[in-house]
Amino acid sequence: MSSLPTLPGDDIRQIMWRYSDRYDLQMAVQSARQVARTTVARLVAEGERNNHEWNDKKNELLQSYDASGLTNLYMDPEQGGFIEGPKNMAMALVAFEISWVDAGAATCSLANNLALAPIHERGTREQVEYYMGKASLMDGGTPWRGAFALTEPLPFVGVDTGVLSGKIRIAEWEEGKEPIIDVEKRGRFITNMDFANFVTAAVDSDDERIKGSCMITLEEGDEGTYDRGAPTLKLVHQLSSTRDPVFRLKVPASRIIGGYEVVDGVIVPKYQHSDVIAAVFHRTRIPVGLMTSAKLLSAIEPVIRYQRQRFRGGDSSEGTPRFDMGLQMNEDVTHRLIDVWVTGEAGSSLGFAAAREADQFDPIEKQKDQYCEEQGLTGRKQFMAIRKKEAEVIEYLEQLYAPESEKDADRIAELESDILVKFALGDARANILNPGTKLWNTGYGATMMREAVTLMGGYGTTEDCPGFLGQKWMDAQLEATYEGPEAVQRRHLTLGVTSKIFRKEYSLMIAELERISAEQPDLGTKALASAMKLWEFTLDHLQQSSDANGKKLYHNKRQGVTFPFMDTLCWLIASRYFALDIVELKEKGPLNPVLAENLEAYISFYEKLSKVQIARTVGEVIRSCGEIVFGYATEETEGIDQFRELQKQAEESVIGFKLAKEQAAEALVGVMIPEALDYPA
Amino acid sequence: MPNVYHIVVCGSIVPDPLQTLEPVESPAGPSLKNEMMLPAVLDPWASHALYEAAELVKKCPGSKVWLVSVAPKAKLQQVMMNIAQKVPFELVAVEGASSGFMEAAGTANALATAIDGIADLDKSRLLLFGGWESASRGAGAVMQMLGEKLHVTEQFQGVDVLEVGDDDQFLIKERIEGGSYQVNETSGCPVLLGWATGNLPEPKNNPQVGMLNMRTVMPALQRATKADITTGDVDYKSVSLPKQKRETRVEKNMSADAIADEIVTWLNE
Repeated sequence: MSSLPTLPGDDIRQIMWRYSDRYDLQMAVQSARQVARTTVARLVAEGERNNHEWNDKKNELLQSYDASGLTNLYMDPEQGGFIEGPKNMAMALVAFEISWVDAGAATCSLANNLALAPIHERGTREQVEYYMGKASLMDGGTPWRGAFALTEPLPFVGVDTGVLSGKIRIAEWEEGKEPIIDVEKRGRFITNMDFANFVTAAVDSDDERIKGSCMITLEEGDEGTYDRGAPTLKLVHQLSSTRDPVFRLKVPASRIIGGYEVVDGVIVPKYQHSDVIAAVFHRTRIPVGLMTSAKLLSAIEPVIRYQRQRFRGGDSSEGTPRFDMGLQMNEDVTHRLIDVWVTGEAGSSLGFAAAREADQFDPIEKQKDQYCEEQGLTGRKQFMAIRKKEAEVIEYLEQLYAPESEKDADRIAELESDILVKFALGDARANILNPGTKLWNTGYGATMMREAVTLMGGYGTTEDCPGFLGQKWMDAQLEATYEGPEAVQRRHLTLGVTSKIFRKEYSLMIAELERISAEQPDLGTKALASAMKLWEFTLDHLQQSSDANGKKLYHNKRQGVTFPFMDTLCWLIASRYFALDIVELKEKGPLNPVLAENLEAYISFYEKLSKVQIARTVGEVIRSCGEIVFGYATEETEGIDQFRELQKQAEESVIGFKLAKEQAAEALVGVMIPEALDYPA
Repeated sequence: MPNVYHIVVCGSIVPDPLQTLEPVESPAGPSLKNEMMLPAVLDPWASHALYEAAELVKKCPGSKVWLVSVAPKAKLQQVMMNIAQKVPFELVAVEGASSGFMEAAGTANALATAIDGIADLDKSRLLLFGGWESASRGAGAVMQMLGEKLHVTEQFQGVDVLEVGDDDQFLIKERIEGGSYQVNETSGCPVLLGWATGNLPEPKNNPQVGMLNMRTVMPALQRATKADITTGDVDYKSVSLPKQKRETRVEKNMSADAIADEIVTWLNE
């Protein structure tokens, strides 16, 4: 009998990704799934990805988002939405579900939220009420759609979001009246631009009567030019609209997001554009990472079906292994599919952990802002006030990771009452989880998506490939690039890992994995702890060492050292969150009667997947850290023997793990899959 | 003044039809392989009944819909995440087997008990809705038995149209052979309608309706009573899927008319 009855369904996912008690999220998943597997799939199957222009057929997407209620996902209940509080997890789940079929369609859905995000996060109350109201389905009419215009035409396109050529100047400023502002902005690669009724644009001052930069809203009815521009000739994500718009408009100063003050005759926006972007991008990268993970998991069913049916219809007859098992007679195809599967699982675990963390962090960040405003803490003062809390954050972490019997509830409550402590911890976590999700899920995910396409043979690169795997492979490359390419994420991580708070939590994670291993050895977490120790030692080594030319190894400019090193960190954290999700399934699974009969089989399979992922992670860490440490070593370099010893321990920690991969792969031969894919292809 | 109705829709869950449905023997009788793990949907016939009920409520303000469902409640909960977004209703859940191998009388008994237990149900205003058969059992037996148990003798099966006039005048169209309808007129409640497909599309999702429904759905699931539904005295000698012969061909350039002509030719062979 197979050790895996069926592919994991909602009951298992809800436990692993911790939303089994969130009915609002479960409903959002159902809505998104329905749209994805009907309208979205039909558009892809009918070839609508084969043109760049937005058309009536593609417009059905927007109508289906309205009909499913997803258009209001980002709204609060009083604005017509249905989810109270932060919505990072909701957006992550919806992006995941739609990307299961087509990530361009998911981007189309998310881009509207991205346009609203600056207003939602930093807008005045009037701005929030006006734009959220216009974009809501609550009135029953066609809602406004938005676009977020940050990136600009070459040579300023790309990663440096601090450079803006979009300009604002005072056009009219009559005494006692609202100033009128001239806005000039050229956008590049602006999503939703075919149908956006409003745009939130990043602009810089070109007038001494306006201070600095800001974000400003533009509307299609504004006086001047609202030119949607030329369509981008994308090879990917063709179910999202992308154009290079040109705006030359006159708008009232009240459109500055967050408002402004007039100080000595100068308009001072409350928020610089970088403040707004920081508040927005902090979170929107998580769903993008999950888009690629969804593709990998979506590939499993069509690949298994292809493998099994590969020789049917030929000379082989029913009852022969060739007919019944098809390509699954060969170990290679199932082993490779396990690699695809586990990459999707680990990426999802990491991404949804980041989304949950973001949901917790949102109110903390708002409380921190309020507290700092009340205390007059701005700029460097605020930075120093938060930094002063490091010792308390570390104490808080020790309490959080302590065994239940050793926790001091009073002290935890005391530490949690300090908003700066909670903020510092949340910020340190976000600085790892968010770029980690974006970097690893999309970057390594794209590589593994190629593997999924390979498993379909020549079929994989045709339009007829079930599951649209060829398109998904291409799309993954865009996901690795947009909303901050890989280099930006690696740089972000390079800064994040030097935080004392992260370092403390990292060491506590190692101890936690060893503790889990003592109780649940089948997960393989001891091996993961070994790899984490090797990485930790390497970080210390890099920070203390120089190369043969005397140049420091760990330095902002030494991306040849730091960037590959950050890639290995992502392997580690993805594996950790995957293992923790399996621990959760073991703990909470027995409470679900649906799972009762088969839970052991699923857990056993997942434990094997965990070992597969950890073995691959250990290999990556040994290779990458070895290349860096030995590659820059000299005869005088200290700590090499200790590094070798840790490397050896890591190597030996995965003894026997390959057998787990064999067993997991064998389960793929017996697992029951549906008769047909539940969306057209 | 529109009439006010208390509409009880009976409907359970069935495995998603795209899944592999493989009959197997279990200690409790025949079942489907991995049945608990298969994604489920609300029985399509019952879904039509539910949508028709909700539409009738819109036309008759003050009316109310209860959805009474006998099913494993954890599976039912998953299905509710979708169905609850469609139309407003109050769920009455009964924990019990929903497999197509179960004895219809047992299901009818459980439903009758549950409906009798609805505190604010006015049976003199009752419209008892359900599918004319279930997608799992396909026997069309449960609703008829349920009607008898609840003393609802005005029963109509294969209903596609219900027109409500003043003073509880009902015009009901039942499907009969040859694509025709039998047109019935009746007056007064209670009435039982076993729906075929009706005439309504699937309603748009409304997550806010879903959140409102959830206020009653979750407590209803928690207090669901257990019903001992079994295969009864039925002794299944063997069970198997109907033999099917698939002749699939992918055609991308044929017109709808040409496809229809070819199907007609094939049917006439």
